[in-house]
Amino acid sequence: MCEYVLKTEGLGISFGGLRAVDGVELRVRKKQIYGLIGPNGAGKTTVFNMLTGVYQPTRGTFYLDGEELKGLSQDKINQKGIARTFQNIRLFNNMTVVRNVMVGFHNLPKYKCSFIDSIFRTKRHRDTERAMRARAKEILSIFGLLDERNLLAYNLPYGKQRKLEIARALATNPKLLLLDEPAAGMNPQETSELMETIRFVRDKFDMTILLIEHDMSLVAGICDELTVLNFGQTLACGETSEVLKDPEVVKAYLGD
Amino acid sequence: MSAFIVKFKNIKWKRYTNYIGISLVLLVFTVLTLADSLPQSTLFLLEKIGISIILSISLGLVVGFLGELSLGHAGFMCIGAYIGGKTAELLSDVGVEGIFALLISVVVGALTAAVFGFIVGLPALRLKGDYLAIVTLAFCEIVKTAFENSSKESFGGPMGLRTPRFDKHYLFIIIFSFILVCLAVMQNLIRSKHGRAITAIRDNEIAARATGINVTKYKLLAFIISAAFAGVAGVMYSFANSTVAASAFDYNYSIEILVMVVLGGMGNITGGIISATVITFLNVKLTTMLTGDNAVLKDLVYALILVLIVIYNNAPALKYVRERYNIRALTDKIFKKRSDVSYDTDDEGKWDRVPTKIKMDELLSVDVVVRESVIDPDKEGKE
Ligand SMILES: Nc1ncnc2c1ncn2[C@@H]1O[C@H](COP(=O)(O)OP(=O)(O)OP(=O)(O)O)[C@@H](O)[C@H]1O
Ligand SMILES: [Mg+2]
Repeated sequence: MCEYVLKTEGLGISFGGLRAVDGVELRVRKKQIYGLIGPNGAGKTTVFNMLTGVYQPTRGTFYLDGEELKGLSQDKINQKGIARTFQNIRLFNNMTVVRNVMVGFHNLPKYKCSFIDSIFRTKRHRDTERAMRARAKEILSIFGLLDERNLLAYNLPYGKQRKLEIARALATNPKLLLLDEPAAGMNPQETSELMETIRFVRDKFDMTILLIEHDMSLVAGICDELTVLNFGQTLACGETSEVLKDPEVVKAYLGD
Repeated sequence: MSAFIVKFKNIKWKRYTNYIGISLVLLVFTVLTLADSLPQSTLFLLEKIGISIILSISLGLVVGFLGELSLGHAGFMCIGAYIGGKTAELLSDVGVEGIFALLISVVVGALTAAVFGFIVGLPALRLKGDYLAIVTLAFCEIVKTAFENSSKESFGGPMGLRTPRFDKHYLFIIIFSFILVCLAVMQNLIRSKHGRAITAIRDNEIAARATGINVTKYKLLAFIISAAFAGVAGVMYSFANSTVAASAFDYNYSIEILVMVVLGGMGNITGGIISATVITFLNVKLTTMLTGDNAVLKDLVYALILVLIVIYNNAPALKYVRERYNIRALTDKIFKKRSDVSYDTDDEGKWDRVPTKIKMDELLSVDVVVRESVIDPDKEGKE
């Protein structure tokens, strides 16, 4: 087995003349909660976009469990095992909560069911639909969303929308989960609840998690390791407690 | 026996509203024709309505469920009408006629339209909103012009293609049977994982990709199925009329189909059926009522009625009336109250309804459709 779930080598991208991200080296181990932090505009989301195939890196490459995924399309990368959430929540707003999660099962071999099966409502179709719904309810109950399963997604309160996005990402059965500012817009109580959820997900699903966050209490609370980006470049990386003490990091965050 | 009753009560009747409605209409009118009590004009009206319903359901897949704006649906219908009509003509030359010839023509017409659905679907992968609308509009015009300029021997040229007659008394039965087929395909598709993938693309394409949906595949699938059924409607049209003239399939017609979908409510199949019926009925009645000098009034009255419908559907002041008296409330009343078994509502195959994204004024003039972004393109490439 490979030592690192996610490994990037000199990952970088330019937009026109702007080097938005340059030479990022991430080493994420199995079952780790790994933090990616940095000031606004540092290039954190851009790293996520490269890891999920939204942008093609112009330099460097990345590996999931030793397999190079650079150049694959977004849906292929998801099938290989990287799932994500978005900085501004992106749910399937006009679909019910339970169906949002069920979309996540789309590629699982367990729920394979051809177009023809569906049109003729064969036994295979009915069985997989039932199984998917049951599994979706299980996942929703983990996130405390079971009672809201018949609501349209946009009717959920903000905090629950964030949770639903994580639930949907987990439904795709990923090896690596990318969370882009999961605590954004949450009050302290919701944030601490979220921390519990993230830890729980790691333990229950044996999940490896890479997360972007501005909330330092959350970062200090749950991240095992950190990488700090500034102007697209790595400023520091290593154990959370040490990185947060690094004078360079403090300077980047507080300004001179 | 009691087990049977429990099972019967457990059936989620609401799922079958559309089938039951269409079948009832079919049954009543079949009995009436058999009793020979239907005038020719009613049969004609039924055929037209049936064809509109197929068109409305099929365009509903692309506009209501996939969320793409297509202004070329009449083009696919045109292809179905010409190819289906020509096939029937060739078949009658070799002595194949009647229902058998009709079925072969339907298959050929639908497949040809499906191929063009694929071709038009390809740019749909790159274009959004108004740009796609322009491409589909152009497609419709190209198809129309191509058939108009065909040689007399091939597709009849500007005079149109003469099509073999089909026994007029029974054509509407066949058309309504095809509505049932169309309904079965659409509803089963929408209530499956494949349908969920399509609605997911509509709701948030970026998230759909990130969730592992092959967007290319499902956009093409939706376009192909939608075009195939428009092709079926076209073949039915060619059997219902003695000539097929390309000039009938202009963009006004495409827009009329779009109006049916939008008035019915996006992503609402039942609504699409009802609005197709009402609009076609209005159109035919107004055409027969307003003749001679009054013919110019037709468009005016038609537009006025559409405006009133839109006001009824959207005016805040009428909210109470709307909530009290609508089809959904009616079916709820009939089907839910009678069964004492409580519903697991999430199992109802609830359709996802979108608030109407396309506005009426954009529909009434093509210029506006072209100028304004109809479906908000997800502009932000980055977060
Ligand atoms: N598609 C793009 N075209 C041009 N520039 C881009 C694009 N995407 C990102 N950038 C630029 O890359 C830089 C990094 O942006 P990014 O969104 O990754 O920052 P971030 O670290 O996520 O910041 P925040 O904390 O505000 O979310 C910014 O300067 C941004 O303007
Ligand atoms: Mg960001």
